[in-house]
Amino acid sequence: MTALPSDSILMRHGVRRGEVAWLLLAVACAFVFPEYLSVGTSVLVMVILVLSFDLLLGFSGVLSFGHAIFFGLGAYVAGWLSLAGWTEPISAVLLAGLAAALLALVLGPFVLRLTGLPLLMVTLALGVLVFEAAHKATGLTGGDDGLSGIRIAPVLGVFDWGLGGRTGYVYVLAWGVLIFALLKRVVSSPFGVALQGIRENPGRMRLIGNAVLPHLVLAYAISAAVAGMAGALFTQSNAFVGLGVFALDTSVDVLVMLILGGIGSLHGALIGAPLYMLLKHFSSQWNPFYWMLLIGVLLIAVVMFGRGGALGIARHAWQGLRGGRR
Amino acid sequence: MSTAVPALEAAGLSKHFGALHVTRDVSLSLQHGARMALIGPNGAGKTTLVNLLTGVLKPDAGRLRLFGEDLTQASASRRTRRGLVRTFQISSLYTELTVFENVFIAVSECAGASFDLWRPAGKRIELLERTEALVERLHLHEDMHRKVSEIAYGRQRLVEIAIALAMKPKVLLLDEPAAGIPSNELHLLLGAIESLPAEIAVLMIEHDMEMVRRFATEVAVLVQGELLMSGTPKEVMSHSEVRAVYLGAAGTERFEGKVLAHAA
Repeated sequence: MTALPSDSILMRHGVRRGEVAWLLLAVACAFVFPEYLSVGTSVLVMVILVLSFDLLLGFSGVLSFGHAIFFGLGAYVAGWLSLAGWTEPISAVLLAGLAAALLALVLGPFVLRLTGLPLLMVTLALGVLVFEAAHKATGLTGGDDGLSGIRIAPVLGVFDWGLGGRTGYVYVLAWGVLIFALLKRVVSSPFGVALQGIRENPGRMRLIGNAVLPHLVLAYAISAAVAGMAGALFTQSNAFVGLGVFALDTSVDVLVMLILGGIGSLHGALIGAPLYMLLKHFSSQWNPFYWMLLIGVLLIAVVMFGRGGALGIARHAWQGLRGGRR
Repeated sequence: MSTAVPALEAAGLSKHFGALHVTRDVSLSLQHGARMALIGPNGAGKTTLVNLLTGVLKPDAGRLRLFGEDLTQASASRRTRRGLVRTFQISSLYTELTVFENVFIAVSECAGASFDLWRPAGKRIELLERTEALVERLHLHEDMHRKVSEIAYGRQRLVEIAIALAMKPKVLLLDEPAAGIPSNELHLLLGAIESLPAEIAVLMIEHDMEMVRRFATEVAVLVQGELLMSGTPKEVMSHSEVRAVYLGAAGTERFEGKVLAHAA
């Protein structure tokens, strides 16, 4: 067997230097910018959510505007568990992921029969319906006030949450690393390769004996589980959950972050979420009204200079530099 | 070779598109190891017939059996898993993936690996080796790691065949496999078809009489959705009606090898 090129979709396994560098940078941030730890934690939560969306859009070709349903469900499950006295955080995250996955397994067989614009419209409608329902169900969701008084037990019974947010940051980072490793395993597997075949040509997949829908439903459930876990981490790190988790903005933000970072490699989420969130954080301090302008200009740049996102632009520039030296 | 149960048996297939009756009561039987060519003028409904056989379309009437099993209502993916494999007249590939990846997807699917979420694809040596063997068999190794959208159309046709072979077909339907393959690469296609295991039944839709002559032991003629006749190539070619509706003098000459095949 001759060796495959390293950029083949069959060679996604194996740790890349960039991934290690990203992790080192994330750990370093905890020490270099201790005053920004809470921002950092929310960035990491979004990284996990965008990772889940990349499995769906980037690898399976499913464009959904209803991803906030799973994020929101996970967030509320963590909230309800805590208020019911279940304060152990790790099991709560797993249960939130399980709840979101079960919902996806119920919705998936119906929703994923659609493709393209109809799929977009149906998921959009679902997202809006769930948001409005959550708004009405004040008994469950706390309505506009959200759920407060959420208490979380120390992580592993040792690490208290009160120390300047460092516990929360490291805790979410650890989840992020674990989830990234698992998702990477999934997209590197023959299952992941089949998903990319479905993205490229679903009709052809059927004619080589793949029924398509079971693969998509499983990918949807995995994606939802990760989104639900991100939601639970959101609740735990804020000790609060409000209706905002179900908002359409979340679904749209996730899409923008993924496009900014680069679709279909899992690495785009690692770049896109921090880029968007940090730009939003710092430019809205500079001017709370015009920060979207900056995002808009960035998006235009990404669309103009190739569809690989920030990652693609960086790779292009790097290849150009190396080519120029020769 | 003729076992009691035919490999593929279609009985009374009919299909309407609105008022257009594109397939009229077609009955066709493919024995184990058959090498049948389906010919007919443009618009005779050849591709529609293949779509009916493979389950892309559902017939309005008629039955389909594969090795005696009734698959009239079976989905395309189920028929494929049962060994009924087709290629496309117009290439239908994963254009943004490489040749190797295209073939790997089919190999992995056929091996039942596509629900393996854990072991990396790049470490599935048995799948990778089978993929490489298929790629080499079709002499595609030069283009192995190029995107399908970047290779010549004739080469794409060969990828199409490689994917079909990856499916370990028992009955293989080739929808105009030679269309778009340049003459200097045609021998690769014929070589691949000739090296198929003898027990596979092959039905080839083909315009080119030279291909038909070299490949087929049986020929069926489809005209306006109806099976006009079938028989050995010689019988069909000497049939006056076939000559009239389809072949003409040029086609007959080509069949008899008087015209240099695929001369540029």
